[in-house]
Amino acid sequence: MDVANFLIQLLNSVQYGLLLFMLAAGLTLIFGIMGVVNLAHGSFYMLGAYLAWSLSSLTGNFALALLGGAALSVIFGLVLERLLFRHFYDRDHLDQVLLTFGLIYIFEEMRSILWGDDVHGVQIPALLSASIPLTENLSYPVYRLFISGVCVALALGLYFLISKTRLGMKIRAGAFNRDMTESLGVNIKLIHAIVFALGVALATVAGMVASPISSVYPNMGSQVLIMCFVVVVIGGIGSVRGALISALLVGLVDTFGKVLLPQLAGMLVYMLMAAVLLWKPEGLFKQ
Amino acid sequence: MTHQANLETLPRGLQIALALGFLALAAFPFIGSDFYAQMVARMMILGIFAMSLDLLLGVTGLVSLGHAAFFGLAGYALAFLTPAGEPVSLWWTLPAAVGASALGAFVIGFFVVRTRGIYFIMVTMAFAQMVYYLFFDNKVLGGSDGIYVNFKPNAHLFDLEDKRVFYYFTLAVLLLVYLFLRRLLWSPFGRALAGVRINEHRMRAVGYGTFGYKLAAFTLAGALAGLAGYLWAAQTGFVNPELMGFHMSAHAIMMVILGGMGNFAGAIIGAFAFEWLLHWFKDLPTVGGFNAGKHWQLWMGLFIVLAVAFAPRGLLGAAARLGSSKEREHG
Repeated sequence: MDVANFLIQLLNSVQYGLLLFMLAAGLTLIFGIMGVVNLAHGSFYMLGAYLAWSLSSLTGNFALALLGGAALSVIFGLVLERLLFRHFYDRDHLDQVLLTFGLIYIFEEMRSILWGDDVHGVQIPALLSASIPLTENLSYPVYRLFISGVCVALALGLYFLISKTRLGMKIRAGAFNRDMTESLGVNIKLIHAIVFALGVALATVAGMVASPISSVYPNMGSQVLIMCFVVVVIGGIGSVRGALISALLVGLVDTFGKVLLPQLAGMLVYMLMAAVLLWKPEGLFKQ
Repeated sequence: MTHQANLETLPRGLQIALALGFLALAAFPFIGSDFYAQMVARMMILGIFAMSLDLLLGVTGLVSLGHAAFFGLAGYALAFLTPAGEPVSLWWTLPAAVGASALGAFVIGFFVVRTRGIYFIMVTMAFAQMVYYLFFDNKVLGGSDGIYVNFKPNAHLFDLEDKRVFYYFTLAVLLLVYLFLRRLLWSPFGRALAGVRINEHRMRAVGYGTFGYKLAAFTLAGALAGLAGYLWAAQTGFVNPELMGFHMSAHAIMMVILGGMGNFAGAIIGAFAFEWLLHWFKDLPTVGGFNAGKHWQLWMGLFIVLAVAFAPRGLLGAAARLGSSKEREHG
């Protein structure tokens, strides 16, 4: 592997890792703050991809589709929280597993009814369709850099929101001690709704920005859900920082595994997870 | 947690109902059509699978979302052991296939049982998906198309190719597994597992090596799931990666919940109820151009959401609650 090729793989792994981080961060936030296991998290990713496809062919403008999709996903998250998830915060994990498994079926089938079962492609917007030449034969697509850029921007935004703002302070306080926070006059129900919608939006946006390179197809949610689980397990549940580091690690292992050890590629990430479990059963950065 | 403890001793009425149920199963091939007898055989196989999961879910309190991996492993073992041109003996392939599942469960269990709660759920699901993709992506292992099992295993003493014989063989296995697990529930081992469910910290403080107990439970449950998977592969004559997929694992959980956790009878009843429901949803007619049966997942999803929201303890749970409140009135 020469330097240019190495650089490409490195950029690919960072891009994949950052995308995984967006998904895992939502999952781990929702769990860490509300104590809810959400198997349907992958469905939000799928929803994002289909929204990107629909909205970009409707408006003909990818940026508009992204903004519209993000707004829709926030509304969707708020409605879902209000109607369903709110009633499951105090239930045990088993009930949450079943609820969200039922939701996977509903989302899958609604997708099939609304959008059909074909595979679709989303056009990379003209502005971002260029490539940066690295050597004579190798070049790197700008769009992948764009994905990384969006993820970094959102990650920084998330960091700023949680650690620097008043809302973030309330979120952290609520995760630490819900009753105490509530008795101090914080509207914890509202906080939960916001966090949930935020988690949904992160997953949906991830699906939207990934759609031009991953294409849009049924069952795209379940594969990504498993990778999210692996990321969360390695990083330690509830820890956003852990999710970031572990997502980048998983991105590296997966991408370089496919290039260097193609026979073992599918297994490497799980081996990494198994090794971490042996060493630290609660993940690298358990809160 | 308390809601399942009272299910360990079955109320008298329920015991009678169960005995009648087994009798009805024994009589069924003489009453029902061939088609339905095969469907009931499939339900019984899933009943065994659901019982094996209940050992983790209801008895030990471990929510495994990857149990289908072991169901599928034994099915694949039978597929690999059966040559293309002739049947293979039941008497060594059955232990071999169950052993393969037990080994798989032991290895995966070694990693997963050191985790707890939500972690356990995620890790079991992740490892099961690893097994799924291992088979899905590998042409050598049959790939996404799966493998045909052209012959039912040769039992020498009786002919499993005969559908009725196969039915009774399955019924016998179901009954044996049920009796074995009921017996196990009250053994020192079973009591220790129940102790882990109720309070693992206390069990450790009292001096139980809970890791070993949980690993043993996970391995045994995997082996029994393998028994069901073997029967499934023999009955359908076909294995594919979907047998190990997380939908299959989640269905098994649904069966256990639907029937009621922690007493094994619930798992059987739940498996029957769930399969019947699935069959019913898939059979729904087309209304005004909308093919309701094709979209069975939508109805199943709605059913699951409503069931969890309004009847989280399942059919038998509700029945037992009624029963125990009556007993309390009398007592």
